[in-house]
Amino acid sequence: MSPIVQSLCRFYHSSIGKKIIVAVTGLGLMGFILGHLLGNLQIFLGPDTINTYAKKLHDLGLLLWVVRLGLLAMVAAHIVFTIQLTRENRTARKQKYALDGTRKATKASVIMIWSGVTILVFIIYHLMHFTITRTNGYYDPAVSRYWLPDGSHNVYNMMIDGFRVWYVSAFYILGMFLLCSHLSHGFASVFQTLGLATPRLRRPIHVASLIFAWGVFAGNVSIPLAILSGLKS
Amino acid sequence: MAVSQSSLNLTLKIWRQAGPDQPGRFDTHEAKGIPDSASFLEMLDIVNEGIITKGGDPVVFDHDCREGICGTCSMVINGMPHGPKRGVTTCQLHMRSFRNGDTIWIEPWRAKAFPVIRDLAVDRNAFERIQQAGGYITVRTGSAPEANSVPVPKDDADASFAAAACIGCGACVAACPNASAMLFTAAKLSHFNLLPQGKPEADKRTLAMVRTMDEQGFGNCTNHYECEAYCPKLISVETIRQMNRDYRNASARETAGV
Ligand code: FES
Repeated sequence: MSPIVQSLCRFYHSSIGKKIIVAVTGLGLMGFILGHLLGNLQIFLGPDTINTYAKKLHDLGLLLWVVRLGLLAMVAAHIVFTIQLTRENRTARKQKYALDGTRKATKASVIMIWSGVTILVFIIYHLMHFTITRTNGYYDPAVSRYWLPDGSHNVYNMMIDGFRVWYVSAFYILGMFLLCSHLSHGFASVFQTLGLATPRLRRPIHVASLIFAWGVFAGNVSIPLAILSGLKS
Repeated sequence: MAVSQSSLNLTLKIWRQAGPDQPGRFDTHEAKGIPDSASFLEMLDIVNEGIITKGGDPVVFDHDCREGICGTCSMVINGMPHGPKRGVTTCQLHMRSFRNGDTIWIEPWRAKAFPVIRDLAVDRNAFERIQQAGGYITVRTGSAPEANSVPVPKDDADASFAAAACIGCGACVAACPNASAMLFTAAKLSHFNLLPQGKPEADKRTLAMVRTMDEQGFGNCTNHYECEAYCPKLISVETIRQMNRDYRNASARETAGV
């Protein structure tokens, strides 16, 4: 094995190496979450704006696939390394204590793996719902509501119809709440793991972490809420 | 003026385990008439005297200095490593921190890397192995160098000194939900890596100590920061940040061959 490959393998196998991979992929995914939110909020600017935006994304063609595969790779790495770390953590303490003495750990930090699993289930459902869906007749050429004259999707109508179903919206809101929980710990953790959370930055990072997590929650949840309450139709 | 002293009657649930591979269980022991001025270890001494008088096996626990500097005493009291007081070792914890009639659960550090030797005593040699991997500096011994020949910036000296306060007790591992040893390893690394005397070997030290830590079967830090909240020497997770940074940089330099 060449010394370079050997060094890289040791990095990937080390505790801190794996943590850094989870942090970097997490950072990339947070960038995506922000972009995705800003894109979707355009629903409040009317059908034309969001439909044009959606068409632009689709017309990216090859680039769209590069981004999609990049996201898939990041999600995969984030999950694979997290599972490895979590398994090691579980075996490191087999016997639990009689009483719980938690002093500092937040609920969000303790349930990271469960909020993460819920988000994964949510992502799969979300992709089935809007991206590769065969439900709701979104891909049925006969349902004209979901098509624009130029043959592209009427994303606005898809969103309105999708979120009108209360239990669908409820699952979205639950998914977003656990995403918010995941981000509130994940955002700050990224900076600690990458060695950037200096004592002076610790407090601002904590505040930014809460703003980001709750901002993503509020922004995303505003869409189903607006549709359910009839503000958007 | 007479110092007022009251005594406590307590119910203890103590973890008893005959050996590393034996099953363990909580046994109930009554502790009567414990002076509130006694330390937690003195309270256990009194309980042990009672057990010995009755012909039983005394509770085995680790202790040495009994003044908070050796790091030998180690037990989880009501789910809290070193008990309810912050910045205090078990030997420095006094019974006045408890109330008459309390039930107290006492158990060993729980971590795969710290196997139970007997009752409350655990084998902490995993820490020794991490320390031996790089927790030192290479110097010519013999004649002492002139003390002021190597200038040390005040901030670095202070930070290094704060990290050097680590007594290697293992409360960080015991407190961490993942039984991670990162606060211990990071404290040892910051102790040396921040000083000019430690800098020449910083990369080598960081890689060796982190790799040895990984081999011992500890978990991985997920930033709960329970370690910091339970460290009797109040060592900050800032040391873990420094270790993450140093390991990242040392790995990059090792890969590039510089
Ligand atoms: S016995 Fe030495 S620190 Fe407690």
